[in-house]
Amino acid sequence: MGSQAELAFHAVRFGYEADGWQLRIPALALGREPLCGIVGPNGSGKSTLLKLAAGLLAPGAGAVDLDGRSVARMRRADLARRLGYLPQECPALFDYAVEQVVALGRHAHGGTLDLATAADRDAVARALADVGLEALRHRPLSHLSGGERRRAWLASALAQEPEILLLDEPTQALDLHQAAAVMEILARRAANGLRVVAVMHDLNLAGLFCDRLVLVQAGEIAADGPPAEILTENRLLAAYGDKIEVLRRPESQNPIVLAKK
Amino acid sequence: MAKKSKIYAFLAVFAVFLAVFPWIGAEKLSFRQVFGFVVGDWTADGMIFFQIRFPRVLLGLLAGGALAMAGAALQVIFRNPLAEPWTLGIAGGASLGAFLARVCPFLWFALGPLNTAQALALLGAAAALGLVLSLARRSATGAQTLLLAGVTLGVVCGGAIMVISGFISPWKLAEFHRWLLGGLDAADWASVGALAALAVPGVALLLVQARNLNPLGLGEDMAAGQGVDVARVRRWTAIGAGLASAGVAAVAGPIGFVGLLAPHAVRKIVGPDARLVLPCSFLFGGALLAACDALGRWAAAPLEVPVGALTAVLGGPLFLALLARRR
Repeated sequence: MGSQAELAFHAVRFGYEADGWQLRIPALALGREPLCGIVGPNGSGKSTLLKLAAGLLAPGAGAVDLDGRSVARMRRADLARRLGYLPQECPALFDYAVEQVVALGRHAHGGTLDLATAADRDAVARALADVGLEALRHRPLSHLSGGERRRAWLASALAQEPEILLLDEPTQALDLHQAAAVMEILARRAANGLRVVAVMHDLNLAGLFCDRLVLVQAGEIAADGPPAEILTENRLLAAYGDKIEVLRRPESQNPIVLAKK
Repeated sequence: MAKKSKIYAFLAVFAVFLAVFPWIGAEKLSFRQVFGFVVGDWTADGMIFFQIRFPRVLLGLLAGGALAMAGAALQVIFRNPLAEPWTLGIAGGASLGAFLARVCPFLWFALGPLNTAQALALLGAAAALGLVLSLARRSATGAQTLLLAGVTLGVVCGGAIMVISGFISPWKLAEFHRWLLGGLDAADWASVGALAALAVPGVALLLVQARNLNPLGLGEDMAAGQGVDVARVRRWTAIGAGLASAGVAAVAGPIGFVGLLAPHAVRKIVGPDARLVLPCSFLFGGALLAACDALGRWAAAPLEVPVGALTAVLGGPLFLALLARRR
């Protein structure tokens, strides 16, 4: 892959309102590990962090750089060829077919005339195959299940073929097996060089698949490291409160996080 | 390739209408007389055909096309399938501006195909667009609120036109009666030129943005992630749609629902891809407005029904049906 892209936060501060809640990140480098998870309780700032990383929000102070260039100031098309972003929800205005949604991922690669090249068609075919929607490629979004729709969105982001892909809760509202399938798709792409950064709700899934976890708590990074170091009872009790309990898988000693009554 | 043949079908309808509709009207024209100029014989039929009917049909095709394409694009940037120049109040604002320029002698000034009616129509369209855009930016504004605001704005502008009319002599007003309801009967080559001066750049701007409108169909964040500069696309699309709507209003007054009917019909046929929807909406919207105008001339001959009144009667119920289905 040659030199690896690095997405770096430098002394970033961000607040939606001047005197309200603030996200403060003195330093953070993303894009080194194959699969990095951003975890933390609701409202801690995970999605805001991801939007800052994607250049959708500009920091009030400090900077977010991709290899030294500010993401908020880069041309969106130039940025999109290197850095992908998939939001939590992609509400469709019209009833696109699956293949159309996936082909939209190639937007930043197209010229003014926007004729699909062989590279575009390959990327779309690969993405459809990876998420297992080849058979449904002509089906309209409205005829898909929630899980299939989410996989179609994911395929669109994969077809973009960026160096770093940011995902906001890619497994939200999916059944266990569907969620694991999505994580496996991401892990497979990560094994081929894609660097994935995903906001994760499910700590067990995050612990199982991620190489690194960033724990965000009340607008600050409370911990950052391998899952085994982050998913400890002490850290999680501090972040999530006392309605939580951490067990160990008997065979691997990997942590399992459960809710407690 | 089926998609390509659909574009050709729209193009064929557009061309056939352009060739056939000039023959429809109060005066029956003879083919031999109309084309008498070929053998150096300029006839009254030829004059009617080339100086009155043909520019009028062309005006209808251009105006309908501009409105339909503006509607198709506005529906995407406002994320509202019922948005179009009329329902957003843009046509109303532009008409008020154009009316002011036409009735106030000190506001009227013309230079070739350009005149102050266009300038004030643009100003009115810009004011209306600015208002609905700022409303849409507030996250709490629902889709229905936006439409309610747009339609209200149209009614306010219509009311303002009526108030101003009260101060104008009835003779002068008779001149504007048709225009007030949206009409193409003042058509000549000068008005075709005046429409083209604004509509052509507007339509060109929209066509350039077509490919950027597709990712917006899946939400602003998704589009931004895929490399679309959302603010820029919204701005240029609004400018293009504003130019097109103002151009139509300055020449033909407020014509409603073409921008709603045509894109909906086109999406049913070619799907939601804006790169197809925009040009096909232009062709179909143009054909639709020219057909309504021909119907208005034919049905009440030798009198005429203003085309804006016809599109409102035909398109209004569709708007209500779509509004009901959204619940």
